[in-house]
Amino acid sequence: MTDVLLSVEGLTVHRGARRILDDVSFSLGRGETLALVGESGAGKSTIAAALMGLLAGQARVEGTAAFDEAPDLLSLPEKAWNRLRGRRLAMIFQDAGAALNPCYTVGSQLTTVLRRQLSLGRAEARARAIALLESVGLNDAAARMSAYPHQLSGGMQQRVMVAIALACDPDLLFADEPTSALDVTIQAQIVRLILDQTKQKGASCIFVLHDLALASQSCDRIVVLYAGQVMEAGPSETVLRDPRHPYTRLLKSCVIEIGTSELDPPPGSVPGYDDLPAGCRFASRCPRALPRCRTDKPRLEEVAGRSLACWNPEEAA
Amino acid sequence: MTRPAEGHDPQPLFELIEVEKVYMVRRPGSVFSTAKVGLPALDGVRLKIRKGASVAIVGESGSGKSTLLRVLLGLTRPTEGRALYQGRPIDEVRAEGREFARQVAMVYQDARGSLNPRMTIGALIAEPLRHFAICPETDLPARVKALLARVGLPAEVADRYPSALSGGQVRRVAIARALASEPTVLVADEAVSGLDVSTQAQLLNLLRRLQREMALTLVFITHDLGVASYLCEDIAIMYLGRIVETGPTNAVLNAPAHPYARALRRAAPEFFAPITEPLPGEIPSPLDLPPGCRFSGRCDRVQPDCHLSDPALLRFGGPAANRAAACFYPLTESPTAPQKRDIHA
Ligand SMILES: Nc1ncnc2c1ncn2[C@@H]1O[C@H](COP(=O)(O)OP(=O)(O)OP(=O)(O)O)[C@@H](O)[C@H]1O
Ligand SMILES: Nc1ncnc2c1ncn2[C@@H]1O[C@H](COP(=O)(O)OP(=O)(O)OP(=O)(O)O)[C@@H](O)[C@H]1O
Ligand code: SF4
Ligand SMILES: [Mg+2]
Ligand SMILES: [Mg+2]
Repeated sequence: MTDVLLSVEGLTVHRGARRILDDVSFSLGRGETLALVGESGAGKSTIAAALMGLLAGQARVEGTAAFDEAPDLLSLPEKAWNRLRGRRLAMIFQDAGAALNPCYTVGSQLTTVLRRQLSLGRAEARARAIALLESVGLNDAAARMSAYPHQLSGGMQQRVMVAIALACDPDLLFADEPTSALDVTIQAQIVRLILDQTKQKGASCIFVLHDLALASQSCDRIVVLYAGQVMEAGPSETVLRDPRHPYTRLLKSCVIEIGTSELDPPPGSVPGYDDLPAGCRFASRCPRALPRCRTDKPRLEEVAGRSLACWNPEEAA
Repeated sequence: MTRPAEGHDPQPLFELIEVEKVYMVRRPGSVFSTAKVGLPALDGVRLKIRKGASVAIVGESGSGKSTLLRVLLGLTRPTEGRALYQGRPIDEVRAEGREFARQVAMVYQDARGSLNPRMTIGALIAEPLRHFAICPETDLPARVKALLARVGLPAEVADRYPSALSGGQVRRVAIARALASEPTVLVADEAVSGLDVSTQAQLLNLLRRLQREMALTLVFITHDLGVASYLCEDIAIMYLGRIVETGPTNAVLNAPAHPYARALRRAAPEFFAPITEPLPGEIPSPLDLPPGCRFSGRCDRVQPDCHLSDPALLRFGGPAANRAAACFYPLTESPTAPQKRDIHA
């Protein structure tokens, strides 16, 4: 990675006594796409919220996140955020229907963003908004400007969300499961759209995903989380072709592709945050756990071209 | 598996013949007017389900999958056409008493919503046991325990309330409840979607085992082609109220004949494969269907005559192939035109 855009070090988030994120570190280059994967409750949305400065007053946040020339996003005052959020860092939420305001037309939501963030005049904002809607593949864009969100299909709403997120040419785009509420063919369209648009603009993108196969197809890098800890991270090709962390192996072995004939999932499920072991949070389900795994926390170390936190990693495949 | 060796079909368990379901809905945009228009949720649907079969119903949102299930369960009466269970109209069989409801069990998509939050898991599972008089009252605790074990839950779960269970555990409870009446048919609407991959894999293995051990007939709605291929021998692909392709799951997914089936197949994520060129356009509104083939606006094989009439679901590849597609220009391997024979001929 030559030109680092985002570098997260030791991100830790407490909600009350629960340590939701535990010492999360990863980095992302300019123009790269990164997949954040892990099962429900792993803390993927919490990472996005922390980096967007949305946890203030809700949770205790520690660690640093260097972003471009800003030394630390996590310690920025709210005022400084107003210049970054929506402009340099943008977010696409999982449920577009809920993220769009039902009371305003698509056009007015888009022009409001453009006028506020880029101080454009009325006519200029309108022309720019129409161009944006066209660029996300909404046909008849001028007419769609006066549509209310409920008059659009889920796929079109998601395109509008993409248009709003990209309105100010952000450097970094978070897409929190941008497609899981959509159907497969529309899902493919939206992922493709986000990739094309960010590539074209040289922006970086963090995708929160459930689907490892989709991550392998769409992202340069991957971070595998389990119960708030990074288990394995690195180039997605390296990590997914030859996972070394037992949890990454497990996740991969549970992926059903067309033609999969046998699945061998491990028993049990993700633990609650109230009864976590002191050591590796995966220890209670890990087929390779050693006694020390329950008591000592493995640190992220560079192994075989990726970062790995495990006392007893898998052999090369 | 249960496919007959000889050519002639025995009577199927379920048979849908030209089933149509039109919902009357308010015309969009007319908030204050009461003018209603017909929304064709199902249109000309033909489907046979053999005893012991496992059938996946796939298709995009709004294609009519849930409506099809409601018709199979006798909860919705078709506007046109016939829906038969063992040769008799489903609503008639259902009205006769509890037997149909005992035989045909349903697992709802919203498992948590289908369970009364004020009842313990034990009481929730005992409910259908009592309702269908499956066993004497004294045997109830043992039955409940056996059902919990069957779906891989520990016995102590019986004393808990649904709120104290995880999403995957709640789905297991819903399956245990459905199995309580000792059904021969299990109908499930997106029973594993939205779950963690490891939980999903556990549940799929459970359903597979149950289907084999109890010779269940399984009708499984899913939007995940991988899940369909893992669990179901046969597949029916729907688009805007019509079945556009049916056949053995592996054959269909390896070589789809309908252009929409191929698009679905291509859109399915695959490790390290380059991301595919997506299908253009949006799904049309069911209130504003294009003339002719409903897929014509997004289809890359479209010809002028596709806009003139709606293609019927026709068999191709001979009786042994057991495949059918509703397309004038299907992607069949043979260079000759597909055998255009009516599915019922
Ligand atoms: N507002 C909140 N208050 C208290 N706890 C919360 C809140 N939001 C999230 N959590 C908890 O933090 C943990 C991590 O949640 P998060 O939403 O980051 O997970 P996720 O990886 O995004 O999961 P999913 O895949 O289900 O979206 C979970 O245990 C969750 O219950
Ligand atoms: N009770 C109803 N009244 C009016 N319209 C309905 C009703 N139920 C379903 N529809 C409409 O019928 C069509 C088919 O709906 P259905 O629920 O069967 O689709 P589906 O394939 O199950 O979709 P999903 O994947 O979103 O569950 C949709 O256009 C839907 O809006
Ligand atoms: S009938 Fe025509 S438009 Fe419809 S799927 Fe076949 S080729 Fe495409
Ligand atoms: Mg989340
Ligand atoms: Mg449905």
